[in-house]
Amino acid sequence: MNFDDTPQEAAFRETARKWIEANAPKELHAELSKSSLGRIRLANRDIVDVGKAWQKKKFEGNWACLHWPKEYGGRGATPIEKVIWQQEEGVYGKLTQPFQIGEGMCGPTVMAFGSEDAKRRYLPKLASGEEIWCQLFSEPSAGSDVAGLRTRAEKKGDNWVVNGQKIWTSGAHYSDYGLLIARTDPNVPKHKGLTMFFLDMKSPGVEVRPIKQANGMQEFNEVYFTDVVIPDSQRLGAVGEGWSVSLTTLMNERMSIGARLATGVPEMFEFCSSLMLEDGLAIDDPAVRSKLASWAAKSSGLKYTSYRTISALSKGERPGPENSIGKLVSGMMLQDIATCAMDLQGAAGVLTGNDEETVQGQFQQMLLSSPSMRIAGGTDEILRNIIAERVLGLPGDIRVDKDVPYNKIPTKGR
Amino acid sequence: MNFDFSDDQKQLRDQARKFLAEKCPPKAVRVVLDGKAPYDKELWKGLAEMGFLGVAIPEEFGGAGAGHLELCVIAEEMGRANAPVPFSSTVYLAAEALLIAGSDAQKKKWLPAIAAGEAIGTLALFEGKGNPSPKNVKITAANGVLNGVKKPVADGAIADFAVVAARTGSSGRENDISLFLVDLKAGGVEVKSLTNLDPTRGQAEISFRECKAEPLGAAGEGWSILTQMLDRAAVLCAFEQVGGADRALEMGRDYALDRIAFGRQIGSFQAVKHMLADMYVSATLARSNSYYSAWALSTNAAELPEAAAAARISATQAFQHCAKNNIQVHGGMGFTWEFDCHMYYRRANAMALGLGSLSYWEDQLIERMRKKNAA
Ligand SMILES: Cc1cc2nc3c(=O)[nH]c(=O)nc-3n(C[C@H](O)[C@H](O)[C@H](O)COP(=O)(O)OP(=O)(O)OC[C@H]3O[C@@H](n4cnc5c(N)ncnc54)[C@H](O)[C@@H]3O)c2cc1C
Ligand SMILES: Cc1cc2nc3c(=O)[nH]c(=O)nc-3n(C[C@H](O)[C@H](O)[C@H](O)COP(=O)(O)OP(=O)(O)OC[C@H]3O[C@@H](n4cnc5c(N)ncnc54)[C@H](O)[C@@H]3O)c2cc1C
Repeated sequence: MNFDDTPQEAAFRETARKWIEANAPKELHAELSKSSLGRIRLANRDIVDVGKAWQKKKFEGNWACLHWPKEYGGRGATPIEKVIWQQEEGVYGKLTQPFQIGEGMCGPTVMAFGSEDAKRRYLPKLASGEEIWCQLFSEPSAGSDVAGLRTRAEKKGDNWVVNGQKIWTSGAHYSDYGLLIARTDPNVPKHKGLTMFFLDMKSPGVEVRPIKQANGMQEFNEVYFTDVVIPDSQRLGAVGEGWSVSLTTLMNERMSIGARLATGVPEMFEFCSSLMLEDGLAIDDPAVRSKLASWAAKSSGLKYTSYRTISALSKGERPGPENSIGKLVSGMMLQDIATCAMDLQGAAGVLTGNDEETVQGQFQQMLLSSPSMRIAGGTDEILRNIIAERVLGLPGDIRVDKDVPYNKIPTKGR
Repeated sequence: MNFDFSDDQKQLRDQARKFLAEKCPPKAVRVVLDGKAPYDKELWKGLAEMGFLGVAIPEEFGGAGAGHLELCVIAEEMGRANAPVPFSSTVYLAAEALLIAGSDAQKKKWLPAIAAGEAIGTLALFEGKGNPSPKNVKITAANGVLNGVKKPVADGAIADFAVVAARTGSSGRENDISLFLVDLKAGGVEVKSLTNLDPTRGQAEISFRECKAEPLGAAGEGWSILTQMLDRAAVLCAFEQVGGADRALEMGRDYALDRIAFGRQIGSFQAVKHMLADMYVSATLARSNSYYSAWALSTNAAELPEAAAAARISATQAFQHCAKNNIQVHGGMGFTWEFDCHMYYRRANAMALGLGSLSYWEDQLIERMRKKNAA
């Protein structure tokens, strides 16, 4: 075991560092450092625009999606090099937010199941940030139970015609393409009748309606499909194999999440290091210290768990369900940290504006956004089920719907 | 022992619940949430007409002359309804301050106006970050003239008067602090609204410049009056928090019964069941602690300081816990603006700070227990 860079890795790090030093939007450093979750605090600038500029620069310098093969816009880097890059990219990594679904989930799915033509056409533009992708999985009555989805795709000649509704689609309002899972056969059990597609979000019949979130922002959407035509060439995987294709997507989601997961710990550490309480610095207060220490240990535990995963990856192993712990731990931790930081601010902790007392509402925004971390991409409860069942080998819940034809499943409002 | 509210008090609760269900549905709360009004004026008027604003104010000052137990019952319903009115500032803090320390003339001037819904009052204690402490009171009063800035002041932008804590000495002791009554509509006051976590309850910054103020209570007695005020308010807020926690639990339970996933009600999954059961447990502990503190308040018992701190802690925790896990039970729906879950989450986390934060009250509880055990 060795955590030092090998000579090659050190050289790679040096190259990356120099390039970032020369190219990163340094004027945004301070603002980005302060935004740990939710609102990326850029005064008067849109995160998508700024993100696109940074992504494009990275692409031109050959640093975008660097673990992808060169022919699809990547650098052919190793998993470890990717981690090194992310470490060096630091706070500028927050600018990649609009591209994470594309890079982390949609891209890898296209890579695994797309035709050679599709890969060459779509992946480089995804990598460069020119085209943004979204994930069209969840539906009003199918979130945790995504295999229970209703959106129908019916074959008409060489095309598919899609009708239905998705919900919670992050970034659909600025996305160019979407990865869509739809029901192609309602007469077989629910997992068997699904098929994966991708589509142009500007296709006739696609309507995106923003949803206002609990934190006041509008990042996710409802997406309606009315007789939307998708060519069969945009199918990913075989007809009826959509579920196993989606597992590839979700598996990659786990891999992509690990290293970049916000924990709130660095922000909290910094905050406690400078906050004066009545009897001195917060970080010198035994009660604060005790909490900070357990968060720091959780966060390093997560970091090194992800390093172990990466080591396994670099030996060619697949990331397994054990990686579910990342989001499970950090989601709750963010919520606890935000609550504690506000507590330390005392009565002023309620302020969310440009107030000095609350560091411009940084932790308040974290508090308002953190519930989504415990829901999006698999709820805490689903993640615990995954750990219990897939890692520990415990039997699953009794399933009333698994082997029943989809259209015979007892439902409400479906 | 009869550790319960009387039948009359329960009847009052039912009456308050019915009234608020009608006059303060979530739709009404949202008018204020969305910034279309600073508070619900109609509701405020209605609360006055029902006699709720003056329930604990003696009849001679225009109130109903009931008592604190009756006020607790109403507080719980206010919390349940997430009412967007300056009830806690006016009734738990300003009115109580007058009852504890006001002169006859001061009581006559403000208490009937409060009971009639014609005056909104608040407490201006905090000055930036930090918890209640004489050290944190920096603004000064000399010859009845105030200078300095208070922030945040709950409901400060809509208040007609404020109880202001100010420094009148520099000995470094509690008796450096005195309380003042300030008519915010008179001169020398500048008020600025501040954005905050819970838009259904405004926060403001109030600057006093050469502002005339009359003393409330004896000079140098400010901190001791304030401590009594905060203890009383802790009890009353605890009831609001218990009401909010209960409502959040109820919303979660109802959704768990209604929502189907994997062909089953999500409430049939143990993960969801246990989450709700844990919410019930913390809400119940909070309720019981609150009942005890209500008894202490209503009888002015020596146990009040300790009981108030315990109620404050468990009610704060219960409301925060129930509000956050209510979102969790709702899944994606819980994270929308459209569903009401976040209104309770906002209120729970704002209320957790209003009278000083949880860690402050934890500290108070242990100090008070230690004092008692030593005696
Ligand atoms: C901010 C945000 C962004 C999102 N972005 C996207 C996106 O880009 N694309 C996309 O497709 N989706 C997206 N989602 C949707 C997300 O994946 C779903 O919200 C999530 O999977 C939960 O589904 P649901 O909302 O239907 O909740 P439900 O599945 O109805 O869950 C409700 C409650 O029941 C519990 N529950 C459900 N089933 C079980 C079970 N078997 N055992 C125990 N407990 C159970 C849940 O844990 C939860 O507490 C996003 C969600 C959020 C909040
Ligand atoms: C100190 C002690 C004193 C006791 N005294 C008495 C007594 O005086 N009289 C008497 O009759 N019995 C007594 N018991 C027995 C006690 O009631 C049982 O141990 C208890 O009901 C658990 O049953 P079990 O041991 O069969 O465990 P199991 O029921 O096999 O439980 C094993 C584990 O599975 C969990 N589990 C089981 N079913 C479920 C479920 N449906 N949902 C979720 N989790 C579940 C349990 O929580 C536990 O963690 C005593 C036990 C102890 C430890």
